Amino acid sequence: MNLEQLELKANEIRQDIIRMLVSAKSGHVAGPLDMADVFTALYFGVMNYDPKNPQMESRDRFVLSCGHINPVWYATMAHAGFFPTSELATLRKLGTRLHGHPHNEALPGIENSSGPLGQGLSQAAAMAYAGLILKKQPWRVYCVMSDGEQEEGQTWEAAMFASKYKLRNLTGLIDRNNIQIDGHTEDIMPLEPFADKWRAFGWHVLEIDGHNIREIIDACNQAKAIYEKPTVIICHTIPGKGVDFMEYRYEWHSKVFEKDEAKKALDELRTLGGKIRSEHE
Amino acid sequence: MTVKLIDNLFAPDIKQVPIRNGYGEGLLILGKENPKVIGLCCDLTESTRMLEFSKQYPDRFIEVGVAEQNLAGLGAGFAHEGYIPFITSYATFSPGRNWDQIRVSICYSGNNVKIVGSHAGISVGPDGATHQGMEDIAITRVLPRMTVLVPADAIEARKATLAAAKHNGPVYIRLAREKTPQFTTEETPFEIGKAFVYREGKDVTIAAAGAQVYYALQAADQLTKEGIECEVINVASVKPLDEQTLVESVKKTKCIVTAEEHQITGGVGSAVAEALSRNLPVPQEFVGMPDKFGESGEPNELIAKWGMDAKAIVAAVKRVVKRK
Ligand SMILES: [Mg+2]
Repeated sequence: MNLEQLELKANEIRQDIIRMLVSAKSGHVAGPLDMADVFTALYFGVMNYDPKNPQMESRDRFVLSCGHINPVWYATMAHAGFFPTSELATLRKLGTRLHGHPHNEALPGIENSSGPLGQGLSQAAAMAYAGLILKKQPWRVYCVMSDGEQEEGQTWEAAMFASKYKLRNLTGLIDRNNIQIDGHTEDIMPLEPFADKWRAFGWHVLEIDGHNIREIIDACNQAKAIYEKPTVIICHTIPGKGVDFMEYRYEWHSKVFEKDEAKKALDELRTLGGKIRSEHE
Repeated sequence: MTVKLIDNLFAPDIKQVPIRNGYGEGLLILGKENPKVIGLCCDLTESTRMLEFSKQYPDRFIEVGVAEQNLAGLGAGFAHEGYIPFITSYATFSPGRNWDQIRVSICYSGNNVKIVGSHAGISVGPDGATHQGMEDIAITRVLPRMTVLVPADAIEARKATLAAAKHNGPVYIRLAREKTPQFTTEETPFEIGKAFVYREGKDVTIAAAGAQVYYALQAADQLTKEGIECEVINVASVKPLDEQTLVESVKKTKCIVTAEEHQITGGVGSAVAEALSRNLPVPQEFVGMPDKFGESGEPNELIAKWGMDAKAIVAAVKRVVKRK
């Protein structure tokens, strides 16, 4: 896919997220919207996988640690061909494969169950250890985390482990949107100096604009060239990205929205889609 | 049908071996037999008896440091990659400190991880209450998909370790620190999901797990002199529990005593009570920790003081037969 196609894909994924949440009548909004570019980059520009053979041994592993943003995961997976986009409307409903928080046994292509924060990086680190040291295979492991879950101690236990064993095949991507449920991260529990913390734990750190798909892909490729340590990419994002009245507002972390708000959001996203097309003309 | 135990069951010089040793032996056998088996430990390699495995199979031993939440998450990730990880610490730390990781990353995710908690029970002794795991059976058996095994001696611990590796799904194995009588034999049966009658009797059933199985046999030996015939059952497989064997026994005896080195709340006695109340309710007395924390002291002193020895079982039997 070229850059225009990638940007349009992210735009479609954002629209699907809005439609899913309207239909589900609950769930998180801001995080899924702001991570649409990162997920698009990973699934359409970085990772090796086969949606028809989700267990393919040589696939790159993708671990979502902050399960609450899974509408973006589901929408991206549907667009990547894991299941029909029509199934997105079943999110959170009885009998669905798209549980409120992701369940690995429900849906092929989901590697891990998550929701309780801070549990993803440990699993990703074990997969990376298995790939690099035990199986000696070239596939890589990607782990997406939220910034709020950096407050969980387990994240740093896993960070030490990955650093000790020099898991160079492990790339962490953090949604640095500066919000969590109760407010701004720096008010709730300050994370800064954030990049310094990861550096001190022995990781290679990259900081990027999490809405610049080209930058996201470049950073993931740079990580492949780092030989002696794991890499974390701090993706600076705007919570609620793409919908003007949601952007930067922590209230939209998990707010349920009214029908007219959804219509307004979809209109804005469609306009944005038009803009992307004209920019690339 | 009773099982074969050692000949001189009550010899004063009976061989005493820590139950945890059986885990170390089992792990060595697995190291040789199954290349998928890996060992992870949180800075307690010698005392959890993983040291020999770590020396013989350094490529399959992973030191995690003092980080039990990460331990459980790593176990899940290795299982996801097709390995059979044995994640090992003290019971108070794992499953004590990482229950949510065991719940979500391991059980809910269907990851084939073996959780080994050593130094369970008050017989940990001088280290005191912080290190005496008295709640681990309750918090593991409540988890869907979890198998819970409480071996009675080192030989049974070795068999439990081998059986856990063969079983596909999460397993918790509870081990004890202190030397305890080695009274089972190579021929004594062990099976996940089965309880075995170690002594037959008509007056009362004693269902026990861990070191308390031997104390139950001692109690039965004393009580026979007073005309009370005890049937002793080893419920090493606390979950799944062999309800049929328990029901068959209480059909005959009409009452039961349960014995364990664990909180009475939620432990082996509770599991037995849940099973019997559904099938055939009978009077039950519980030998275990009475909703209290332990303290420092010698293992035998603590077991006597807190009422989890043969004497406590004898007293419980006398109480329960009166309630028939
Ligand atoms: Mg956030």
